[in-house]
Amino acid sequence: MSMAAGLETLQYSFTGSQAAGMFAPVLVGVVGSGNLEVLLEPSPGTACRFEVQTSARGFGSIWEAVLRDFHSRHPLAGVAVAIHDMGATPAVVSLRLAQAAAALP
Amino acid sequence: MSSTLPDRVSYAECSARERIARLFDAGSFREWLPPAMRVMSPHLAQLGVPAAFDDGVAIGEARLAERRVFVGAQEGEFMGGGVGEVHGAKLVGLFKRALRDRPDAVLLLAESGGVRLHEANAGLIAVSEVMRALLDTRAAGIPVIVLIGGANGCFGGMGIVARCADHLVISDIGRLAMSGPEVIEASHGVEEFDSRDRALVWRTTGGKHRFLVGDCDQLVEDDVQVFRAAAVRALDALRPLTLQSLQDEHAVLTQRLHAGEGAEDAVDLWQSLGIAHAGAVPDMNAEQVRTLRQESLA
Repeated sequence: MSMAAGLETLQYSFTGSQAAGMFAPVLVGVVGSGNLEVLLEPSPGTACRFEVQTSARGFGSIWEAVLRDFHSRHPLAGVAVAIHDMGATPAVVSLRLAQAAAALP
Repeated sequence: MSSTLPDRVSYAECSARERIARLFDAGSFREWLPPAMRVMSPHLAQLGVPAAFDDGVAIGEARLAERRVFVGAQEGEFMGGGVGEVHGAKLVGLFKRALRDRPDAVLLLAESGGVRLHEANAGLIAVSEVMRALLDTRAAGIPVIVLIGGANGCFGGMGIVARCADHLVISDIGRLAMSGPEVIEASHGVEEFDSRDRALVWRTTGGKHRFLVGDCDQLVEDDVQVFRAAAVRALDALRPLTLQSLQDEHAVLTQRLHAGEGAEDAVDLWQSLGIAHAGAVPDMNAEQVRTLRQESLA
């Protein structure tokens, strides 16, 4: 965040029960106005780690609620979720996350 | 959905990656510098703009009707397909690798507003390097085929890149030009060009216009499978690049330049090039325009 004046980086981690194992990285969505891209990659451990980079600053509590909701429905373990966001609404974020989870083997 | 075209998928509405998945032989695409490698723009974050994991372009190798081809596909939804430093370097690398590995062709699924203005000179240099690499590839006897059919069209430096290729396929809703409509209006005034007049914009830059004046080789419907068939036809139709073919093309361009003198609108130009019923073209579909050109120029 030091040099990225306009961007905000947010990190969350939830412990999951659904081990994803090894899988080829999954990319869904495109970084565009009101849209986002989501990249899923395997990660050691039992956590599901989220890193969000967004151009819409100050919505940390909403991101946490949306990601927690996603993880309660898909309690993934051993997954790193990287998000590049350009002001997507919570509904769009939830749909993209569900789309990404559906692409997991 | 129509019963005659049950599997129709709009090329324009697909993302760059969906186009690759549907256009080439199933499962044949192997990507270089995939998103997980995070080869991203070093400039955007400083401007407060989120980067894309692939900098808006996917490159790699695939099979098209069993033939080995290299592929570059621009994502129009990310910064309008603008060419930044990394995006351009990926395209240059694609062509340089083609020079080394000699695939049957390089296919460029172009969708771009041209240089990504956020990256200024780095983007301009990147586009010029793409042109040079493309021409080197052609000079080495490896054909380059460009497909245009995305909602953002193909403009600016990428418009020039597209016209440097051997073979150009465009859909009726695809657009190809140098300066985009808003740019012309901003620099010359709304009296010169009204960028909100969609009919004018498509008449002047759209696929049907490009086909009628000879700027592209195939005019197709907005359908991924139709684009695939056109790309396969392009592989079969390729002609060697010779001095004679260049001179012939220059002669056609000279003739067109003179034919277009005094034309106020694209319709006037079509008429002067010998297209019958030019005024009816805007209401025709791609198939009707193909027939019209064939009959008019027979």
